[in-house]
Amino acid sequence: MRVTNVVFAGLGGQGVIKASDILAQAAFRAGLDVKKSELHGMSQRGGSVTSDVRFGDRVYSPMVPQGEADYLIVLEPSQVEVNLPLLRPGGVLLSPEIIPPDRLSNKRSLNVALLGVLSGLVGLDPDAILAAVRQALPERLYQINERAFEFGREIAERG
Amino acid sequence: MDRRLCSGDEAVALAACDAGVCLGTGYPGTPSTEILEAFDALGGRAQWAPNEKVALEVGLGVAFANARSLVTMKHVGLNVAADPLFTAAYTGVTGALIVVTADDPGMASSQNEQDNRRYAVAAGLPMIEPADAQEAYDFVFRAIEISERWSIPVLFRMTTRVCHAKSIVTRDPSAAPATQKAYFEHDRSARVMIPANAKPAHRRLRAKLAGLRDWAEQDAFDAGLNQFVPGRSDLGLVTSGVAHLHALEAAPDASFLKLGLVHPLALDRVRAFAASVDRCVVIEEGDPVLAEALRAHDVAVTAKPERYRFGELDVARVRRILAGETAAEPAPPRGKPPALCPACPYHPVYRVLRDLDCIVAGDIGCYSLGVLPPYETFDTLVAMGAALGVGLGLRHALPEAEARRVVSVIGDSTFVHSGITGLVEMTYNPPPTGHVVLVLDNQTTAMTGQQEHPATGRRLNHTPTTRFSIEGVARAIGIDQVAVIDPVADEGGFAALLRERLAANDLSVIVARRPCILAAAGIRRWQAQASGPAGTAPAPGVSV
Repeated sequence: MRVTNVVFAGLGGQGVIKASDILAQAAFRAGLDVKKSELHGMSQRGGSVTSDVRFGDRVYSPMVPQGEADYLIVLEPSQVEVNLPLLRPGGVLLSPEIIPPDRLSNKRSLNVALLGVLSGLVGLDPDAILAAVRQALPERLYQINERAFEFGREIAERG
Repeated sequence: MDRRLCSGDEAVALAACDAGVCLGTGYPGTPSTEILEAFDALGGRAQWAPNEKVALEVGLGVAFANARSLVTMKHVGLNVAADPLFTAAYTGVTGALIVVTADDPGMASSQNEQDNRRYAVAAGLPMIEPADAQEAYDFVFRAIEISERWSIPVLFRMTTRVCHAKSIVTRDPSAAPATQKAYFEHDRSARVMIPANAKPAHRRLRAKLAGLRDWAEQDAFDAGLNQFVPGRSDLGLVTSGVAHLHALEAAPDASFLKLGLVHPLALDRVRAFAASVDRCVVIEEGDPVLAEALRAHDVAVTAKPERYRFGELDVARVRRILAGETAAEPAPPRGKPPALCPACPYHPVYRVLRDLDCIVAGDIGCYSLGVLPPYETFDTLVAMGAALGVGLGLRHALPEAEARRVVSVIGDSTFVHSGITGLVEMTYNPPPTGHVVLVLDNQTTAMTGQQEHPATGRRLNHTPTTRFSIEGVARAIGIDQVAVIDPVADEGGFAALLRERLAANDLSVIVARRPCILAAAGIRRWQAQASGPAGTAPAPGVSV
C-alpha cells in the first residue's frame, strides 16, 4: 500500500490533534506502518494547528511534504485558504461547511464528524476508525461522538 | 510482543523504565516535557527540579552512587546546566548519567534554535541521536551501556520531530543492560575537581574519547547506532536524526551512512564512505556540525547551503538541497498567530502595563504573548530569569523619568528557575529609582502544559510537598515592599498599586496571583486531594 498522507488543520482547542491521533491509531491497528507529527507549544496557543498522519507499508519522514496531502481536513473555515497549498493536485479537501452545525448536538464533535466523512474515503475500515474514536474518548462522550461519526459517514455516502 | 504507537518522548520513558533507571529529573521545556511525565505514569521515579542545573547535579549524584539517572531538558536548558556538565565530563560517573537535550530547530516553542551537538564537542562527551521513536527506545539502552562502560555522562540529542512525532515502537525489556545495586565508594581523585585532580581527569576524559572514537568505527555499527545502507554509487548521504528519514524519502536509492553516534565521529568509516561514492552530501538539520567536523579532517563531503541552517528540514527541502535548487523556497502556510487565552488572568495586567506606558523587561512563558496586539507590552525577552537583570540594567542606565517606567515581569515557575539571584542583585545593587518586579503567579508552568513547580507545593505527580513562597523569599532577601494581589478580582487596586510603586524609590515585588484558566480545574482537584486526611498544603492566600 502506497503512503497515504492526511493533514488535519484548525485552531488550538478544536481537536485537531485528537483527530489525527485517532486516525493514526486506526491505521496502526490495521497493521500498517504509521507516523504522525505536529508542532505544539507556544505557537499553537489559540493559533493555527496542523497535524500530519501518514500510513502505508513503509513510512519514512513523519511530515507530509507541502503539496502532497491526499486529504486535507479543516475544522475552521478561516483555515481552509491558508492550508490549501498542502493539498496535492486532485487531493480531497474536507472543509467544515460540509457538516451543517445544527446537525451536531455538540459542535465540539466536528472533528469526529469529519473523521466520519473521511472514513469512507481513506482506505481504512470505517468501523476500525470508529473503534479508535471510542478508545480515544471518555465513555460519557461516546454517544455524542458516535452520532457525529455516523452523520459524517452518511454525508460521505450521499457524496 | 508489546508494539505500540508512541512519541519519541514516550519511547525514552519506556526505555528508562525497562532499563531500571533509578531517577528521572529535569525542568519542563518543549519538546522534552513529556518524557518525565510518561516515566512517572509508567511507575518510574520522576521529579521536576527548580532548574536544569540542579536537575543535572541531582542526576550526577545518582550516577556517583552506581545507579542510573535520566536528566531531561530542552536545548536552552543545557545552557543552564552547562556548568556542572563540563566538569561532570571530567569526574565521570560510576552508574549511568543520560542527559536528554531536546532541540527545537525552527523554534516552534523556543527563543533560539541553537544546535546542541556543539555541546558534545565543547564538553567532550559522547552524543547519541535517534531518528524516530523506535530508535529513541533502543538508543537509550546503548547510551546506558556507553555511560557505564566508559564511566562517562552521555548526551542524548532529540529534536521536535523526534520528541513529538509518533511512530511504532516494539518494546524489548530483555535488550536492556542488567542493573546493579547502588553503593558509594570513595573516589576523591576522580570526583573532587581541585586543579591537582582535574589535570589528570582532563587527560582521562580525552583517553575515554579516543577509546570511544575507535569504538565508533565498527562496534557502533554492530550496536546499530551507526548504520551503513548501500545504494547508488553516484550519491552518498551522511545523515543524522530525523533528517535521515527526510533524506530516505527524498533519495531512496542513495547510499547512506547514518550516524546515531554523532560524537565522537566514525571518521575512518565516513572517509571510506565518501570515497566510495561520486558525490557525498551531509544532510543535517541546524548548524553544519557534521560537515564542518568531517571537512576539518579532510573528508570530502558537501555541506548543505547556508539557507538550510535556518528552520527545520523536511522532504521538500532535502530534495532542493540534492537538486542544487537556488530559487526561493515557497512560503509555508501563514496561519493565525497564537494569543493569550481569552480568559487568561494576565489580560488586566497587560492592560495596566500598557496604560501606564511601562518599559517591560519580560521573561519566558506564555505571558510573553503580551508582546502581541492588542497589548504590545513586552520590550525584552532573552532567557529564563533575564527579566530581573535586564530590568535593573535599564534602570541603571536610563534618565530618571524613563527609569521609573521600567518593570521586570516574570512568571512563577520562571522566578523559581532563575529569578531569585536577580532579586539578590536588586537588593545588593539597587538602582537610585528603586525597581518593581511583577511576578505573574498563575500557580503552574502554563507554557509547557501545566507542570507543577516548587511554588505550587506539589511534586511532579501532584502529591503535596513543601510549598516555596515567592513573597516569603522576597521578604527574606530584603525587598522593601512585597504585595500579593489578584489582578482579575481587583484590576483597579492592581493599577493603583503598580502606579504607586513606580513612583516610589523602593524595591518592590508584586505577586499577581490568579490560577491559569487551563490549570484551574486541575489545581482545585489536587488541592481537594491534598486537604484530605494526608494533606498538609493550604491554598496560598492573597494579601496586600
